[in-house]
Amino acid sequence: MLDQSRNRWHPIAASHDLAYRHVFHGQLLGREFAVWRADDDFVNIWENRCLHRGVRLSIGINDGRELKCQYHGWRYSNRTAGCTYIPAHPADAPARTITNRTFSAVERYGFVWTAEEPVGEVPGIAGLAEGDLLVLRGIPVNAAADRVVEHLQTHRFQPVGALDADGAEMVVETADAFSLALLARQGTAETRCVFFVQPVDAARSVIRGVLDRQPEAAQRMAVLRHHNERLSALRERIEDAVRGEPAPAPIEPVFDPVPAELAEMPQPTPHGRKATLRVEVARKWAAADGIAGFELTPLGGGLPTFQPGAHIDVHMPNGEIRQYSVVNGPGESDRFTIGVKREPESAGGSSCMHDTVREGDVLAISEPRNNFPLRRDASKTLLVAGGIGITPLLAMAQALHNQDLAFELHYFARDEAQMAFRERLDGLGATLHPHLGLDPQATGDTLSSLFSTYQDGMHLYLCGPGPMLEAARRVAAERGWPEQAIHFEYFKNTNEIDDSSTFEVALARSCLTFQVPAGRTILDMVRENGVDMPSSCEQGACGTCLATVIEGEPDHQDVYLNDTEKRSGTKIMTCVSRARSARLVLDL
Amino acid sequence: MRRPDHNERPAMTEPKCTDHVTLNQWYPLGAIDEAPRARAIDTVLLEENLSYAVAGDGTVAAWRRREDLKPGMPVDVAALTDTLPAISAYGYVWASLGRPPAALFPIPEYAEPDRRKLNAATIGVNVSAPRAIENFLDMGHFPYVHTDILGAEPHTEVKEYDVEISTDRDEILATRCRFFQPMASTASDGGADVDYIYRVPHPFCSVLYKSSPLDETRLDVIAVFLQPLDQEHIRAHMMLCVLDDENEDKVIKRFQQTIFGQDKPILENQYPKRLPLDPRAETPIRADKSAIAYRRWLSQKGVTYGVIPAAA
Repeated sequence: MLDQSRNRWHPIAASHDLAYRHVFHGQLLGREFAVWRADDDFVNIWENRCLHRGVRLSIGINDGRELKCQYHGWRYSNRTAGCTYIPAHPADAPARTITNRTFSAVERYGFVWTAEEPVGEVPGIAGLAEGDLLVLRGIPVNAAADRVVEHLQTHRFQPVGALDADGAEMVVETADAFSLALLARQGTAETRCVFFVQPVDAARSVIRGVLDRQPEAAQRMAVLRHHNERLSALRERIEDAVRGEPAPAPIEPVFDPVPAELAEMPQPTPHGRKATLRVEVARKWAAADGIAGFELTPLGGGLPTFQPGAHIDVHMPNGEIRQYSVVNGPGESDRFTIGVKREPESAGGSSCMHDTVREGDVLAISEPRNNFPLRRDASKTLLVAGGIGITPLLAMAQALHNQDLAFELHYFARDEAQMAFRERLDGLGATLHPHLGLDPQATGDTLSSLFSTYQDGMHLYLCGPGPMLEAARRVAAERGWPEQAIHFEYFKNTNEIDDSSTFEVALARSCLTFQVPAGRTILDMVRENGVDMPSSCEQGACGTCLATVIEGEPDHQDVYLNDTEKRSGTKIMTCVSRARSARLVLDL
Repeated sequence: MRRPDHNERPAMTEPKCTDHVTLNQWYPLGAIDEAPRARAIDTVLLEENLSYAVAGDGTVAAWRRREDLKPGMPVDVAALTDTLPAISAYGYVWASLGRPPAALFPIPEYAEPDRRKLNAATIGVNVSAPRAIENFLDMGHFPYVHTDILGAEPHTEVKEYDVEISTDRDEILATRCRFFQPMASTASDGGADVDYIYRVPHPFCSVLYKSSPLDETRLDVIAVFLQPLDQEHIRAHMMLCVLDDENEDKVIKRFQQTIFGQDKPILENQYPKRLPLDPRAETPIRADKSAIAYRRWLSQKGVTYGVIPAAA
């Protein structure tokens, strides 16, 4: 009887099957896998179906950082298997919870091992030293794995050095339900071969053999051919033996259902200002003059999927909370990289990160949120960064670069020494255009010439200091850029917030009505009335606490919405904005 | 699932398909233009072995396969007894294993005299019928599967469109559909948005209306009529009813065959092959509104053939 335990490790591929940028189709106990090696050498073993329409991901494209489905171009990140981009809706950031099922992967003895729910370690085999092994070609057999193991007990081969002789003495050294070690001896020649039998399905197997050492280069082909012939003959014998027997029914894999909130239509997932992740500062360095770079790695488990433009909240040892853009390129999913500029006049956020936080410290961070999503359907994308505003745009530039999409990154900085993340910038080649040491007048002139060639289908992304953003938005508008083609992110809201008004707010879906007194925000009062509401910067810059207005006239005080959105009166940032009318009805 | 062996079962047993909604539909068996006159032709429908024939005058007949009428043998269509309901419509022989409706769904444009009508292709596909219908309704795959023909990166957006289930006709209607197509017309080199209207008037048939490159006031009609061989295998019949008095048949056919040939490997790599109706089996997005409506419509009708019904 075939042992179908999901806890037992099995090899599903040879390490050399995972060729550069290839996706290998694996199968174990009826379940298919898409197996691929990213450029950072991480081996991904995923459920072999795109979560969208069930197309096999083993026919997808491995670009070294992400796997792209062939059907609709959905992109899934290395390591996390989270969906990072849905081309049919270029303006939306995909819900983070669209994440494919992943399985453990271990490389040992020249094979890639996995199990649905592994217990313990990949079994160690006596007499097999890692490194100097010769992995044989996998031989598929149409028979159950237990029958294959049974027949392997009488398998014969010749030791290296006596290939042309016959009748080597065979010893079965060890054997268990799915593997056995055979020693062939003839005179002084002696070769050990360990066979693992991979149960592909109830009635299908693959024999994966490995010799205890590499033969000399000149003999290698002859050895491989010898084993190929012997194993092919064995395969025929086994298949003949089981031919008359009733074939067991194929094993039906059970697929996890997608989360209920994704089943109907993607809705933004609610998140409070919560720091759900714990990370360690794995590296801290001077990313530029006055800018500290931090690499944050997870304490146990993995990190959630991020998209270019996303930011995280960092909860600091001094109790402050600040937002920092994730600088990572696509597929860099084992750590988050952020850049922190020292702000002499800051309330203590940046100085804490610069002066207090050290390598090895543990920080609490939020999951990444993306309120600055990158469209990838532009005929050309202009990314314009001022100073530390490079951080979200650098993530975008790396994503566009990886996909070979047309873009230019314009980086305004005081001088070369202030350009952050030099090694990432260098990877962008000729798409990077530094503009150094310009005064406001020269900056305006440069922007004016950059924006002079608007054509339908182009998109502009801006991030930088407030005055530069204001100038850039004004120049782009003058040059004929439509508002929906201009995307921007402010570091902070420098508007003076007038919170003197008093008004009533009704929450349509929660059936609640309450007063917002002077000095309190809509967001405060929503939470006080027991309704969970996500937020992040809480100063009207990041876009997290956006609500839809059903009735009433908002008094906008944020820097997140563009002018058209503000005029439409249908959206409001609840952390700073208020009401001009006596009453606001929100879709909450 | 193993493909059933259609030759091993005796005729006239219980139908393999027990879903009466499916059993009572009309199904296409083959193109009339491609059928030799008054000769028996073998085919399979819903796991039943059938034969059909087209008489010299265009009359059609279908029957459960029998030993005395082997494929290629001459048939006197008018004299046949024990036949199945059969009609000729839109250039195909249609038959039913149950009690079909009096009339097939209407395609009024088929009667317009200046249109070219032809069977672009009949292609076997290793997939369930509803998966193939969903693919026919889908625009989001154009830039990836029909690259540089029906779509091209970076123009990947599926713009908002409308879907309704028409109550008077019991069919799904998707309107205001637009998608960027490179080389949209022979008149210009550049790409442009092309308009589409989709109808699903039958669980396994769909009709598409698309801007005509030759006459901007009218729409080309392209339909896919599916013949389910079993729950996971179909023959897809592609019907064209287009405004084109320039190109040869083979040019028009080759274009559609190229398109279908690009879809086929994708369809055959969908897993599971049957369409899951449980809303939590797969992840829909706004672009899939028509597919969501189609899955609900199949559920409400009680179709169980070629689908994995939602758990009760």
